[in-house]
Parts: sequence; structure tokens; C-alpha cells
Amino acid sequence: MSTKISFDGVGHTFPIRGSHDRLTALEDIDLDIADGEFAVLVGPSGCGKSTLLDLLAGLSAPSSGRILLNGEPVSGPGVDRGIVFQQYALLPWRTAQGNVEFGLEATGVPKRERAERAREYLELVDLAAFADRHPHELSGGMKQRVAIARSLAYDPDVLLMDEPFAALDAQTRESLQDELRRIWRRTGKTVVFITHGIDEAVYLGQRVAVLTSRPGRIKSIVEVDLDREAADDIRSTPEFAQHRHEIWSLLHDEVVRAQEQEKEAVSA
Amino acid sequence: MSTSTITEPVTGPGGRHAPAAPRRPRPARRDRSVLFRLFTKVVAIVLLLAAWEFAPRAGLIDPTFLTPFSEVASALAELAANGQLAEHVQASLTRSLSGFGIAVLVAVPLGVLIGWYRVVSDVLTPLVQLFLNTAALALLPVFVLILGIGEASKIAIVIYACTWPILLNTISAVRNVDPTLLKLARSLDLPPLQLFGKVVLPASIPTIFTGLRLAGAAAIVVVIAAEMVGAKAGLGFLINDSQYNFAIPSMYAGIVAISVIGVGFNQLLVFIERRLTNWK
Repeated sequence: MSTKISFDGVGHTFPIRGSHDRLTALEDIDLDIADGEFAVLVGPSGCGKSTLLDLLAGLSAPSSGRILLNGEPVSGPGVDRGIVFQQYALLPWRTAQGNVEFGLEATGVPKRERAERAREYLELVDLAAFADRHPHELSGGMKQRVAIARSLAYDPDVLLMDEPFAALDAQTRESLQDELRRIWRRTGKTVVFITHGIDEAVYLGQRVAVLTSRPGRIKSIVEVDLDREAADDIRSTPEFAQHRHEIWSLLHDEVVRAQEQEKEAVSA
Repeated sequence: MSTSTITEPVTGPGGRHAPAAPRRPRPARRDRSVLFRLFTKVVAIVLLLAAWEFAPRAGLIDPTFLTPFSEVASALAELAANGQLAEHVQASLTRSLSGFGIAVLVAVPLGVLIGWYRVVSDVLTPLVQLFLNTAALALLPVFVLILGIGEASKIAIVIYACTWPILLNTISAVRNVDPTLLKLARSLDLPPLQLFGKVVLPASIPTIFTGLRLAGAAAIVVVIAAEMVGAKAGLGFLINDSQYNFAIPSMYAGIVAISVIGVGFNQLLVFIERRLTNWK
């Protein structure tokens, strides 16, 4: 399969307030993601996962290295990438339908087509019956489904997801994970999914890139080779447990180190 | 009228009611609760009017200085009948509404502009705070000195009094737009005009309306005071002139009229706000 996204020696630093030094958030990231792949990035908190996603989204530019999308360097935001945020980012004054249409307005889809497309994608996330509801009338899971429909409706090549299910309860999270896999298989989008949940990473990803604590580097890439259709409850199979343990072991030291960094930061 | 030292929005009069929990009471109970709610809403005002009526009649207060409410009401009716009330109300409303309108047209766009640039708003907010807390009436002599005693100075001072609460609340509204919404807009590469029209402005409306309601109250206070200083018409003039001529019932009639107008204007703004934010 052809390469869709390519991180080539990407590093990123932030200015530290009240100091001339800079904080290194990411260092020397090399990662290729294939067209149509479901890639998961997992790492301890503060390791720069979200920064990496912002760079890919073109919301900021890397301090070093480059990011290629379809072989072209990313030079800014664009509608070839759709983002799903942890906090949903729905416009509270618009209905579910209106929120999905918002993405279409931004991409210049003609008015008549918008309503139809929005309805179609609300159907895809099983929310057609709630098209005229405002976000405050929807549950957390429903809101995130609206946000996913919005990102898919304008048909981006790549779906960037920044811990999209972190704020949801366990049952809702699992059903949305299933739904996301179904949508991914149906649409064939390339998905870059960020999480700090190991189970989520194993369940969703074809490949899981494990990041180190700050500065974030790629520690290891784990291929998740699971036949997800084989078992009813894939999460309780020995294969799942094995992948889970592998990633857990890779992450464990990093999490300890990240917690020490946090303690230092607080006491400093 | 400068009731606020704000970076945070201030809640003005007439706050919203939380929507009632969905339940289905028996009709009889609902009737009773509607009556009860009506009762709780009017009881304090009815008691005030009753005290106003009976305190002078019972000799607790000299009726020369506090006319019983029924006589005030008949004075008001008389002023309404002979057309004087309409003349004064029209004079006052023309001044306060034109001043308020001009202030809205100037301060909302200016506030959006200032609020959008963090540095600009950091620099200008202390200045706006200073103007907001400089009682507009303290500047009345200055306005009269520069613009004379006619309409211009009265409208100008209303503009002054209305501008600062609207400006400050608009700045704060724009600064406090949910950053994830801005990030979303940026990720969609939304052009600036659409960003303002579709994200920043709708997100700011509730806080802007807080400023509008404060300004609405200020517009009425200031116009009355300005009319008391020098005018030939207007409710402020009516109140002051009646007092000079010892037409005490007319004086109270003017006061009642202005308080009704104040409440009405605020309710109108609350109504418009609800229409614009019916998604809440």
C-alpha cells in the first residue's frame, strides 16, 4: 500500500514562560502511515501526542523535520484532514444537522447538497432521528458521533482523532469503538488515533506506535494482528491479552518517568 | 449606573429561569401552581403599592409629600388623557433610544475588533474600565459646555453611558469564545469573515446581551438626569418641574412612568436575547 502520511525527523519545541530555554515536546519522530491504515499513537500524558496531531493538522509547524501528506509537505490546515476533538467542539447554537453542515459550508459544498449529505452522515452514525436536536440535548456519546459525522461528511482523506472517547463512560466508549471500526472499514479512510488507553489502542489499531515520555519519541511500533471477527468478545482472548501486555510493558517505564517529571514540575 | 468592574461578564437584571423539569402534574395541581407562581411574582409589588396607598392615608407619612398611590394613578391618567404624558415619554425615549442605538452600532463592532486581538484588549481594557467607572453624570457639565444644552448633549451623554458596558462585555465575550471552537474553525481553514459570522459572533451573543441590558438601564437613568438639568420636555423635566410647582401627584406619576419604561425596555431586551439564544 502507498504511504499516506510520513513523519520525517519531526521535532517540536515550545518557549518556556519566563525563560530563554525551550521545552522539547517531540524529538526525531520517524513514522510512515499507509493509505487506509488505522494507526494508533499511545503514550503517557504530556508526551506530545496531541502536539503531533496539531502538526499533522497544520495548526502549527514543526520546529524541525517535515511532515508529508500524499508526498507533499503539510503547510497549513486543510479540509483533506478532518479532526475529531476530545471535547466534541460542537457549535451549541446549531442542531446536530447544522453542525454537520458547518463542515460542508467551510468546504464550499453547495447549499442544496449540504442538507442531504449531512443527513446521510448522521444516518451513518445512527443519529438521523436526532438531526434537529441541539448539542445540550444529546449525550456525550451522541455528541461525539455528531462530531465524527461532521468530520466525515466533507470527505477528508485522513481522520485525525485526539483522544475522542476519553470523556465517555466505559459502555459508550466500547460501542463507539465498534462503530468507528465499522465506519473505517466502510469508508476506507486513513485514521490517526491518539489515546492513552492501552485496551483502546489494541482494539482499534492495525499498528500501535508507543511514544516515550517527554520529549516524545517513537519507542516502538507494535503490529496488532487480531482476527476481530473471530471471537465475540475479542478483548478476552489470549491474543488480545498478549498485545495488551506487550504495549503495557513498553509504556510502563515511560508512565513512571512521566509521573516523576510531573512531580518535578509541580515542586519546581 | 456603573455597577460593574468587569473582565468577567456581569449579569444584569432579568436573569433567565432554568427550564422546568419535565413532569406531568395533574391539571388541578398545575392550575394551582400557575396561580401560585403568579401570586409569588406580584405579591411584593402589591404590598408596596398597598403601603404606598395606606401609609399616607393612615397619617404615618404626611400626604403632602407622599401622595397616596390612587391619586398618583389618577394624575397619571390625567397626564395620559391630555397628551402631556405622550409628549414627555416621546422626548425621553427618543433621546435614550437613539443614544443606545448609536452606542450599540459603535461598541459591538469595536468590541469584537478589540477582543479579537489579545494585546489590544490587554492595553485597552483598563481604559474601558476607567471610563465605565467614571459616572457619566459627572461628565454632564462637560457635555453641556461643549455641545450646549440642546438634544446633542443629552444624546451624547447617553451614548457615553451605554458604550462602556457594551464594549467591555463584547470584548470579554470575544475573548472567552471556546478555544476548541476556534481550533475547529482553524482546522477547517474558515475565512475570517465566516469565522466571525459563524463562530465568534453567535458564541458571544449571551455575554453581549448582558452588556446591552446594563446599557439599557444606564440609558434611562442618564437621560432622566440630563433632562432634570436642562430641558423643556421629557420625563426628567416633568418630574423636576412638577416638584418646583408643587404638583406632587404629577411628580410621582412621572416616576412611575419611568420605572415602567425601564422594566419594559429590559424585558424587551430579555425577549430578544431569548429569541436569539433559543438553543440554550
